[in-house]
Amino acid sequence: MSEHLLSLMTFFPLLGMFIVLMLPKDNGGLLKGATLVFTLITFVISLPLALDPVFKTSGGMHYTEFAEWISVTNYFQMNYSVGIDGISLWLVMLTTFIMPIAVLSTWQAVTKNVKGYMALMLLLETAMLGAFIALDLFLFYIFWELMLIPMYFMIGIWGGANRIYAAVKFFIYTAVGSLLMLVAIIFIYYTAVNSGMDISGFSITDFYNLSIDPELQKWLFLAFAFSFAIKVPMFPVHTWLPDAHTEAPTAGSVILAAVMLKMGTYGYVRFAMPLFPEATQSFLPYMTALAVIGIVYGALVAMMQKDVKKLVAYSSVSHLGFVMLGIFALNTIGVSGAVLQMVNHGISTGALFLIVGFIYERRHTRLISEFGGLSKQMPVFAVIFMIVTLSSIGLPATNGFVGEFMILLGAYQSELRWFAVVSTSGVILAAVYMLWMFQRVMFGKLDNPKNQVLKDLNLRELCVIMPLLVFVFWIGVYPNTFLEKMTPAIDQMIEQVSGKQPIPMPSAVPAAVPEHVEAPAVHHGHGH
Amino acid sequence: MENLVQTAMQNINFAALMPSIVLACVAMVMLLVNAFSKRGATAHVAGMSLVGLLATGLVAVRGWNNAQAGFAGHVVLDNFAIFFTIVFLVSAALTILMSDNYLKREGYPVGEYYPLILFSTVGAMLMASGTDLMTIFLGLEVLSVSLYVLAGFFRNQRQSNEAGLKYFLLGAFSTGFLLYGMALIYGVAGTTNLVDIGAFFQAFPAALGNPVAVAGMLLMGTGFLFKIAIAPFHMWTPDVYQGSPTPITAFMSAGPKAAAFSAFMRIFLVSLIGMQGTWTSLLWVLAVLTMIFGNFIALNQTNPKRMLAYSSIAHAGYALVGLVAANEIGVSGVLYYMLAYAFMNIGAFAVLILIGKQGEENLTLQGVAGFGYKRPLLAVLLSICLFSLMGIPPSAGFSGKFYIFAGALNAGYVWLAILGVLNSAVSLYYYLRVMVFMYFKNPEEDFSWIQLKPGATICIVLSVIAVLYMGLLPSGIMSLARQAILG
Repeated sequence: MSEHLLSLMTFFPLLGMFIVLMLPKDNGGLLKGATLVFTLITFVISLPLALDPVFKTSGGMHYTEFAEWISVTNYFQMNYSVGIDGISLWLVMLTTFIMPIAVLSTWQAVTKNVKGYMALMLLLETAMLGAFIALDLFLFYIFWELMLIPMYFMIGIWGGANRIYAAVKFFIYTAVGSLLMLVAIIFIYYTAVNSGMDISGFSITDFYNLSIDPELQKWLFLAFAFSFAIKVPMFPVHTWLPDAHTEAPTAGSVILAAVMLKMGTYGYVRFAMPLFPEATQSFLPYMTALAVIGIVYGALVAMMQKDVKKLVAYSSVSHLGFVMLGIFALNTIGVSGAVLQMVNHGISTGALFLIVGFIYERRHTRLISEFGGLSKQMPVFAVIFMIVTLSSIGLPATNGFVGEFMILLGAYQSELRWFAVVSTSGVILAAVYMLWMFQRVMFGKLDNPKNQVLKDLNLRELCVIMPLLVFVFWIGVYPNTFLEKMTPAIDQMIEQVSGKQPIPMPSAVPAAVPEHVEAPAVHHGHGH
Repeated sequence: MENLVQTAMQNINFAALMPSIVLACVAMVMLLVNAFSKRGATAHVAGMSLVGLLATGLVAVRGWNNAQAGFAGHVVLDNFAIFFTIVFLVSAALTILMSDNYLKREGYPVGEYYPLILFSTVGAMLMASGTDLMTIFLGLEVLSVSLYVLAGFFRNQRQSNEAGLKYFLLGAFSTGFLLYGMALIYGVAGTTNLVDIGAFFQAFPAALGNPVAVAGMLLMGTGFLFKIAIAPFHMWTPDVYQGSPTPITAFMSAGPKAAAFSAFMRIFLVSLIGMQGTWTSLLWVLAVLTMIFGNFIALNQTNPKRMLAYSSIAHAGYALVGLVAANEIGVSGVLYYMLAYAFMNIGAFAVLILIGKQGEENLTLQGVAGFGYKRPLLAVLLSICLFSLMGIPPSAGFSGKFYIFAGALNAGYVWLAILGVLNSAVSLYYYLRVMVFMYFKNPEEDFSWIQLKPGATICIVLSVIAVLYMGLLPSGIMSLARQAILG
């Protein structure tokens, strides 16, 4: 069982998809219920991974599976090679955790062609999980491209008024980036073959040991970085995101924000940086600069939005900028903060999109000016919205604080400390745009008659949002649960990228970050 | 005397030509059967033609890994020829499967249609197994003449007449080029045998620089590139593809194109390999031009069938990339791509034919609006073919492009590979647009006229299964393609 756990987890939703496709198409409740059950079972299957203590001590790959897949004598070998370490662990968990929530959130929002929607959700889950666990570049690429198809249809069929434009833009942006990455992938393979290395397929662990000419590395890094930058999205290739997010149905936005954007940042951590360490070093200032521009720019644009959903979309650009900043700080605290912040963003922004979905389902508008004084009419909703807003801003004791603080600390300790100083303004701006929006929507006079009849959240909606709130506080108060399992893997990644032992975590850490991180990173060097 | 006959008979070796003989006989019998059939009854001719194709395939694969040369070195049935033969047979079979209902719908239930497809397939097979310029020319003519007739098959339709005439005139013109080129090469090398020509140039490298030889190479290249519709020799394709009966358009973009590729590869990689430096750089430019031209014109089409036709130009450009690479993986990638393209392109055409009503030029993108809701299964099948044409994994189109671009990268043509994938990116837009209309627009019609006849159904399902199989598990067929070029 445990030796095929990852495969079981990844392909179970696919099995679910086929079963959903065979159900009668008129029975929406049955289709949604079945999909919910499949995603819940997937979550249960993935739970042992989160509970496994092995990640605390070893930063290498676990639960690995290997099977020869495509093999043509003298040409190629591609393997089904999967595994997870402390970094992908949490992204996998985030995916399996978010999916049931996303399904539950569609209960009333999706009424047309429920069957297709549910099938696509399940296909999407398989693709996302596959991309997180793939250890073979070719396999990764397959899952990476496969993700596009369901999301394309989800935006295009169930999206808002401008959905076609958004869907096509989303697809083409992402595909263009990945096609260049494909060229780079093949190129690395031949570089490895020509270097006489004994490689098995497109295994990244083999490619990690490859020493590629630094000049060549730069081009390859650019190809990967471009592809991932589109997905993150980083300034200036972020323009698909506001469209896609705004037009996508709620569940699509949630998945897009919570999981798919992480695919880009994860790509840097797993592929672009460790594969091309020298190039990473030489592009470090530029990538950091783009990250900082993204932080400030995203926040400024978010401030100006009239549409709540667009505001949240642009805030993602800003938040993902923080994640990139942390990753390129290249020290344990910065990268740990970044990986934690990936999860945090998934939870907070996922929750924000759900909240936008709640009010959109009630009013069929998302314009801030249409609202005002909702807190009187919907007190429970107001409290929840407040918590999520604060978590997105990064108030202490919420998850956002821990992540952003660690990122800023890490960035400040890196050689590019002035970037950290500038990006701190992003935190302040986040408070401005989020609280301002909150104020305009929730406080003030309840003078719009349409708003005076709104009902508060019902039980289903509470079930959708409550699990996320649990993690807002869990990570905010005791992030150690998550950090302790990712640190060994992160140390190993940093060692691979910088060629030296990672800088140990400093003693000056916020109270919310538990003491274990003060100790020098002790686990590095495993798996060599 | 008896001895002499025996030697001559050994020299002949019918085994080398057996698949073509079988198919040609079947085609002639079909003509007779047709002559004695009631007018308008064509289903049995179609069925028997399919059986004939299957039989030919069985005869052909028996020669795998057991190359037979015959007719004094004029033909050979090696793995290369067999692989291509399978591509032709698959194209022909899929085309026949989707044709029967279509011909009835358009009001031309004429049985000669099927023997003509079979004859053109025989020509294609001759081209793939020809090891002599004469055989290749003979094959090309058999192929082309049948296709001229097929292109103008709807004899009461002006567009079809125009297609047939245009194809015939320009085709004859390009055949002239080809023949002239062959004559010049013969003038230099003193032989028409492909291997001997190669040996001659190896023995006398000075002859490679001979302007007559270079002119011969260029003229021959022009002739083949015309048939493949490589820019700037593609000008005939839009009108011909539009005017021809749609199944014939699908067939022309798969089978005959592959046939021209097979002969082109044999001549240029065996006989004229010494001139590789010259023709590689030319093909490099032409491949890029073709990809750009095909894709950008396809962008502008509002008729999905015309879009597929134009995009077939671009696909020939991708395949040419593999020839530029001219290494093992690139060339076997071309073979793989030919088979993949036959499945995905004919599959897509078959669904579009079903969507169209009588007088198919009416079919516009608007005409497929909401198809995804009215006929979900057919729409999914069409989508799979379209994703494959885009090169999105896991599909046959992706694997094929992967091998071709890998070949280019392996040979050091990094920019060619990059231009190739960027062109694929352009193609995303117009393929996606079909799906935009199918799924993102509201249905305007109920598509009740679509009747799923067994022929078209089998054609579509078979194509999609093959597309997915070649995408998910490409090793088997890729290994065969590799054996095909290694002999």
